[in-house]
Amino acid sequence: MAALTAVPLLAILGEVLLRGYHQLSWAFFTEPTPTAYKAMKAIEAGEPIPGGIANGIVGTMIMLGMAVIVAVPLGILCGAFLAENSKNRFAQFVSYLTDLLQGTPSVIIGIITYIWVVVPMKGYSAIAGSVALCIMMVPLIVRSTEETLKILPASLKEAGLALGGNKARVMMRVQLPAAFGGIFTGILLAVSRVIGETAPLMFTALGCSLIRFSVDKPISAVPLLIWEFFNDPNLQELIWGASLFLLLFVLALNLTAKYLAKKWNQ
Amino acid sequence: MNDKLYRIILFVAALIVPIVCGGVVYALATDAYDAFEHFGFLNFLTSSQWSYTAGNEQYGALPFITGTLMTALLALVFCIPFSLPVALFVGEYFRGTKVASVLSTVTDLLAGIPSIIYGLWGFFTLRPILMTLDISPQGSGVLTASLVLAIMIIPYVASLSAEFIKMVPNDLKEGAYSLGATRAEVIRKIIFPVAGSGMFSSYVLAIGRALGETMTVTMLIGNTNNIPDSIQSTGNSMASIIANQFGEADDLRLSSLIAIGLVLFLITALINIIGKIMIKRARIV
Repeated sequence: MAALTAVPLLAILGEVLLRGYHQLSWAFFTEPTPTAYKAMKAIEAGEPIPGGIANGIVGTMIMLGMAVIVAVPLGILCGAFLAENSKNRFAQFVSYLTDLLQGTPSVIIGIITYIWVVVPMKGYSAIAGSVALCIMMVPLIVRSTEETLKILPASLKEAGLALGGNKARVMMRVQLPAAFGGIFTGILLAVSRVIGETAPLMFTALGCSLIRFSVDKPISAVPLLIWEFFNDPNLQELIWGASLFLLLFVLALNLTAKYLAKKWNQ
Repeated sequence: MNDKLYRIILFVAALIVPIVCGGVVYALATDAYDAFEHFGFLNFLTSSQWSYTAGNEQYGALPFITGTLMTALLALVFCIPFSLPVALFVGEYFRGTKVASVLSTVTDLLAGIPSIIYGLWGFFTLRPILMTLDISPQGSGVLTASLVLAIMIIPYVASLSAEFIKMVPNDLKEGAYSLGATRAEVIRKIIFPVAGSGMFSSYVLAIGRALGETMTVTMLIGNTNNIPDSIQSTGNSMASIIANQFGEADDLRLSSLIAIGLVLFLITALINIIGKIMIKRARIV
């Protein structure tokens, strides 16, 4: 029975690989999504659908980049607070809320970002999308930072303090560098978790068929494109290439994180 | 940087989390207020109407609450026969061996697959299989959605349960072995009673995850606004109705969708808190 759990993983990987690999080409990564009309023409003519998912890749990278820039320092600071004051009532309260936020369905993060960002800005935007991703990443980073800092030997911190460093200095120069492995792994896992998120982006980034670099306009993302392809019969051929790209990216991030965690633990 | 400033910076960073959580509840509640005021709180939760004919709009959350609970509970039932063996395998039988580490890598990777890809796989692979086997005539529906959901929650249940199985003290197990107990007996009489509450809490947390899963369910449940009357029929979950209609909704319908979001948030929050408290208690034992 236990071995059976490998079946879905292999089945999903196999299916996506088999149906998606022939779509991967240079153009698939450098050209934006074709219109449904163009795709229909190509299908009628028996040609492969032109275009690719470059608009999604660019959008994902922009939104992810902005989310990481905000979420990483915030998450690490908050995690450090929780690790330093683990007995404090307020810290325990924050810890509970972190779990709560982590367990919040992603579709609700989407609604919230819609209310907070899209409505005041009067339009869908890359900023809104990155806020949604950021809210999802923070609790993950808080948790991993807190847990890594807590398992560091107490003697490490004590030695730093004994040498005359104050708490801030010891945290910056001793504890955080020592915990770097765990924190970095946590960040990688957080990125891999949010990179495939679709629901929160549907009401925030919306999607766009152009390659865009502006942050105040609607923008696309790879999972959003997959959703678009799924709903548009003319573009359905493109699903598998986009999924293959996303799947390989996520699995590679996961495996890297696992490998690094193992390496740094030794 | 002196200690005081350092403490203040950390405190402010930590303050963000309660602010965001409070803001979530506040924003959902204010925007859902219209719907609750218009239909009445209890009436909104128990009405099964969902029609947006102009002039006679009727919105009720019951079909979606039922759909959500059905898919989540059914997913839990389907996931037990797979997650339990994995947990025992990794936590007890092959603890620390190569096989166990491969298996835990596999489950970790399963946890990493984005939900939209699970949805695609369910739609293009599992759905035709269910149709040809005549298990589900329409293909889409509660059954299909919960089967895929089950696969998605196996990793969480398995890894958390394995953790609790590993925590069972060795002297208890050794004591049982020395009295002549077989491995199966040790599992039944020692591991289950000792790790049971922890394992149970992992199932509770898994339900919390299944309740809010959006894309997979949206792609597989069939998206009809009725109360599903059997596991084969189609329906909608709270998350899927939001995903389906949020983009095109305005005014009262938007408010109703946000109200559904609020209910979903409260249910998942409640289940998560119960699960976490149970885990804390289980860890002390």
